[in-house]
Amino acid sequence: MLKTFPKGGIHPKENKITSSKTIQKMSIPKVVYVPIAQHIGVPAEIVVDRKDKVEIGQVIAKSGGYVSSNIHSPVAGTVTKLDKIVDSSGYKKQCIVIRTDQKNESNFENPDYPLKTEIELSKAEILDRVLDFGIVGLGGATFPSHVKLNVKEDNHIEFLLINGVECEPYLTADHRLMLEKADEIIVGIQILMHALHIPKAIIGIENNKKDAIKLLKKASAKDENISVAALQVKYPQGGEKQLIKAILKREVPKNGLPMDVGVIVHNVGTIFAIYEAVQYHKPLIERVVTVTGKKLTNPSNFWVKIGTPIKDLVEEVGGLPEGTRKLVNGGPMMGKAIKNTDIPVTKGTSGILIIPEDEATRGEPKNCIRCGECVYVCPMGLEPHLLMNLTEKGLYERVTNEDIMTCIECGSCSYVCPSHRPLLDYIRFGKSIVKKLETAKN
Amino acid sequence: MSTAPIIVSASPHVHSDRTSKKLMYDVVIALLPAFLVSLYIFGIGAFIVTAVAIISCIFFEYVIQKYLLKTDVTIGDGSALITGILLAFNLPSNLPIWMIIVGSLVAIGVAKSSFGGLGFNIFNPALVGRVFLLVSFPVQMTTWPTPLANRTIIVDAVSGATPLSIIKEGLLFGESMSDLSSKIPSYLDMFLGITGGSIGEMSVLALLMGGIYLILRRVISWHIPVMMLLSIGLVSGMFWLVNAEQYANPMIHLLSGGAVLGAFYMATDLVTSPMTKKGMIIFAIAIGIITVLIRIFGAYPEGVSFAIIIMNAFVPLINKYFKPRRFGAKVKSKIVT
Repeated sequence: MLKTFPKGGIHPKENKITSSKTIQKMSIPKVVYVPIAQHIGVPAEIVVDRKDKVEIGQVIAKSGGYVSSNIHSPVAGTVTKLDKIVDSSGYKKQCIVIRTDQKNESNFENPDYPLKTEIELSKAEILDRVLDFGIVGLGGATFPSHVKLNVKEDNHIEFLLINGVECEPYLTADHRLMLEKADEIIVGIQILMHALHIPKAIIGIENNKKDAIKLLKKASAKDENISVAALQVKYPQGGEKQLIKAILKREVPKNGLPMDVGVIVHNVGTIFAIYEAVQYHKPLIERVVTVTGKKLTNPSNFWVKIGTPIKDLVEEVGGLPEGTRKLVNGGPMMGKAIKNTDIPVTKGTSGILIIPEDEATRGEPKNCIRCGECVYVCPMGLEPHLLMNLTEKGLYERVTNEDIMTCIECGSCSYVCPSHRPLLDYIRFGKSIVKKLETAKN
Repeated sequence: MSTAPIIVSASPHVHSDRTSKKLMYDVVIALLPAFLVSLYIFGIGAFIVTAVAIISCIFFEYVIQKYLLKTDVTIGDGSALITGILLAFNLPSNLPIWMIIVGSLVAIGVAKSSFGGLGFNIFNPALVGRVFLLVSFPVQMTTWPTPLANRTIIVDAVSGATPLSIIKEGLLFGESMSDLSSKIPSYLDMFLGITGGSIGEMSVLALLMGGIYLILRRVISWHIPVMMLLSIGLVSGMFWLVNAEQYANPMIHLLSGGAVLGAFYMATDLVTSPMTKKGMIIFAIAIGIITVLIRIFGAYPEGVSFAIIIMNAFVPLINKYFKPRRFGAKVKSKIVT
């Protein structure tokens, strides 16, 4: 039996139609729109001005606090505007607009670095590099990585878990990265193990990526402290708490962190970004994005510069198909629907999903038939029907007692509800109110 | 480019293809074998009772929603259809038509609509209709046509009692179980359905087939049917072990009196059963115990309907006290050093 987390979970149609598509390098965008809030936490502070010339990798916005991150220019060019544009949150956010300098050669070099296995930097240098080079969690949550790596000496970390689960349907960015950069990922893991004195690392990969499992097993064979765990395919196994439970059978306490059970979790994409930052001085200015959808002529995976408008990507795959009714930044389970393709790719964009007419609309909500499906699939052991009900009635104290804040918003409840009830919509609403009430109290 | 606007909505953007309507029609499919058996055994009577119950349940749902509550009419969702079938399955095949209509009105009007419609009812509507008829018209509700006789006409003549009523009466008149063994049908006849009884409780075989279909299709989980039957078997078995002459053996209890119908189709009603597996197990065991106690000590020979309705009332309480275990609750940081 393959390992998995025991409670809840679903198995939506995988639809990994781009899993055999090699990651292509996108042509350099003419203009990039770089938002200053691409990570969880405080937005970065802009340090450039209009008409400034910027180089690739130059810091254009500085970390605005502890939980924040530097932002680097993805291209060489000129800052044309400091503007507010709508990002995938649907709100207008401050953003740096840079016109690419078509004559600047550095824009077109785009080197493929050879594998570099020796780790020359010291522990402190590695951690500084992660902080300075704008590394955030690339699995989607975009939590600044240096915060996760800030481990106190007495906080004994036993395991580094590498999240190669990619449990979202459609997305194949992590899958392709593991296939194409296996050796680099192993070095990236060794860098973190070295920096934080972590004795063991385990890479968790779901069994629908057998090639990646095989390849990483081979690549990690040289290092006895790194192993690969093949996992049963089940959503949301890529959730940090679910992954720890699946691989190590350890349960992160209710309001706790992975550190509380001696674990740190990082996404494979983040590991690769750390590898490039440490070994090659490369800040986080590009990432792998899956551009996919059933009706697309040529769905594929791309290396995309941060700030590239999504419409450039859509053009690359043959344009929006007839009858497109929904655009999603991310996967179908947790991704955000966006209004148009002007929105730029950010550090958290793992995929762009284009949904046709027949799958774009939700079913008409009907009465709850109390079948309990939402309760069985909730990986956090919550009762979504109850949380929705109580939120609807405005009983915020009770939803707090029913642990609404521990919801990870995986959407399994809404996915299974046979009456098409918008469970997660209400739970999100309830959570936001509870949060507000708590801030008001303090 | 399409001219239709882009839709922006919150995640998730995909949905399972299971809908409540599909669940309801799976239940209908599962009930078909039992219905065919009853057609074979009781003939036209079974057909008429079932048809009347279905039509009147859907009719009352329609009228109440359209003219009384003035809400959306949801007769297409299949729930009134199932209530109709299940009500009919709990009635004798020669019940007067007007009584069926009264039963349907109680089921849909009182037990379902007055609580707020689908999903809000506390008690299983079909069972409320059945129990209402049973206490209002005890004679008509407890007389059954002889199996395999007079299948083309509706008969008033009465003879086919259920095994449980034979036992109940026999024991009252001082007979012992060994005296009665010749009067009750063989286990095989009970298993196949060649015995007196309500339309749908006849053939254990047909009901099991449908029940297994429901479990395989994940419409119901095994917890309620298995635990309920186990509980009936164990509790009746304990009495039987104490005195085999005074108490029927567990086989008779399990094969008769709608135990299987109740376990797979009535107690598992999604709306009126608990929402956690733990809760389901408690619920099912309690139904089993109450069923056997009513059958042995109560005035009625059969107790499944009453037991389920009694436990329906406890479901909100069960849901409150048997919650799923929250992830990360009551675990301490266990750092092994």
